[in-house]
Amino acid sequence: MTGVGVLSRADLGVRSRARWAGWLFALPALVMYAVFELYPIITAVQYSFFDWDGINVSKPVGLANYTRVFTEPQLLASIVHSFILIIFFTFLPVLLGLVVASIVREIRSKWAGGAARTLMFLPQIIPGAASAIAWTWMYSPGGAVNQLLRALGLDALTRAWLGDFTWALPAVGIIGTWLATGLCTLLLMAGIGKIDGSLYEAASLDGANRYHQFRAITLPGLRQEIGVCVTITIIAALASFDVVFMSTQGGPGYSTQVPGVQVYQLAFTENRIGQSSALAVVLSLIVLAVILPIQRLFREK
Amino acid sequence: MIPVLARLRDTAPKTVLLTAAALFSVFPLLSMFSAALQPQGSAPAGISFPTNPQWHNFVDAWNVANITTLVQSSAVLVVGVVPIAMLISAMAAYAIAQLRIPFGNVFFLLLLLGLTLPYEIVVVPLYYQMQQLGLLNTQLGLILPLIGLNMPFAVFWMRTHFQSVPAEISESSSIDGAGPWKAFRHIQLPLAVPALASLGVLMFLSTWNQFLLAIVLIDDPNKRTMAGALQGFVGAHSTDVVLLNAGALLIMAPTILVFLLFQKYFIRAMLAGAVKG
Repeated sequence: MTGVGVLSRADLGVRSRARWAGWLFALPALVMYAVFELYPIITAVQYSFFDWDGINVSKPVGLANYTRVFTEPQLLASIVHSFILIIFFTFLPVLLGLVVASIVREIRSKWAGGAARTLMFLPQIIPGAASAIAWTWMYSPGGAVNQLLRALGLDALTRAWLGDFTWALPAVGIIGTWLATGLCTLLLMAGIGKIDGSLYEAASLDGANRYHQFRAITLPGLRQEIGVCVTITIIAALASFDVVFMSTQGGPGYSTQVPGVQVYQLAFTENRIGQSSALAVVLSLIVLAVILPIQRLFREK
Repeated sequence: MIPVLARLRDTAPKTVLLTAAALFSVFPLLSMFSAALQPQGSAPAGISFPTNPQWHNFVDAWNVANITTLVQSSAVLVVGVVPIAMLISAMAAYAIAQLRIPFGNVFFLLLLLGLTLPYEIVVVPLYYQMQQLGLLNTQLGLILPLIGLNMPFAVFWMRTHFQSVPAEISESSSIDGAGPWKAFRHIQLPLAVPALASLGVLMFLSTWNQFLLAIVLIDDPNKRTMAGALQGFVGAHSTDVVLLNAGALLIMAPTILVFLLFQKYFIRAMLAGAVKG
């Protein structure tokens, strides 16, 4: 008995040393992650308690930068806008994706299906900054959107969309809808493909119509895929930068200002590093506060 | 009912819907294309079929936007980021999932934190960090943070793969007396090729399209990513609609081309990447 015990203890010692040696494999990744992500995050939190212009000595200001995030109209508006963008970045793409995916369900024709898939993927492939340029041109006074309205006899509606205080934010939002719809549609179609087809047959034999089938079979079957779409697109909405920066820079006024662009402008054009960092910290906390419950909601069965 | 008609009644709405969805996806690009082919200096109006397409605009935009230099600098960034990030994330995932290093789970939880946090929180501190290191405005100063910032997703992705490798494979190699490094290189890495390939595709795309970090950490548009260079190009030519659209299309072209060539891998990687991420 003792013999076995001694043997296994020695064995354990060797094994645990070997397990520690395994850290040599993990070390490069840990170092890169710690130096270029964890350390900057800690630094941002630290900056957020100071008043600093990037050059002169910084001055501790306690929570003042955080109070200002919620009292300075422009900063608060940027946060509100990012939540409004969720309607366009998340809600519309998931809705459109569900409609298309549940009607098409599967693409029988290989050629047409392949072509449609390729085209729907394009918005995901090109840089967001480039999509912003495409849409800036579409929204310009002489662009395709106004051309379409004129062709429909709706001349009264034409305007410089991105220069309009009321319409600029929805217009920017539609760019997000365009970016996300293809990916969501394809994800949902892939998800529907995995649902057992006999369920639909059985349901239609029982006299369930399309809507009932959708409620009873499609929607529950797509729980995971919908969760994925919602998670990705909500992060994209709350932390949007490329599209807004390249299309409106937050203007006109601050009618399309979002936290991402605001963080950039506070730090690099207004030299308010502390204020910029406080907004970035608040943005990160908002993302975590929204995403974590959603993850739980869509995970549990 | 005649079978053909019945089939048509079944497939027609699907085809219309799918076509509409596909058209919505390419419409803005077509609108750009139509503007890019108009005579330079003219004010194009919406989408119009160019009667006299000016293909030469693309040559001019190529030269004005410095596309040759941009492709080269983006390639340098991708080559600097992707292979190293692939290797060290695979090693870390192997250590966590197969070697079961002590506190590996703590490390993994720490990485998960980085998976959801937006780049906005690191960009300002990174700027000053790079300034201190003397790496501001250098490509190395963009490559290093991008490797670090890729770790959460990359390790997460590779860990999923290494968890699916049966333990017998690593056990049998250790009985054969192969050290963990040898086992990793000769047995684990070859098995991981499909997972690594998908990861490589995703990281290529995110590096090539990286915008925020590129415009903050590198001042000279010619050293940035293609996406980052767009900002300088727009600033300089915002009033010339024709040239702007031609240039922007050229800047998008490489990713579109690579996508069309490796479509299958892209779509598989992006759908899987979305589900796992």
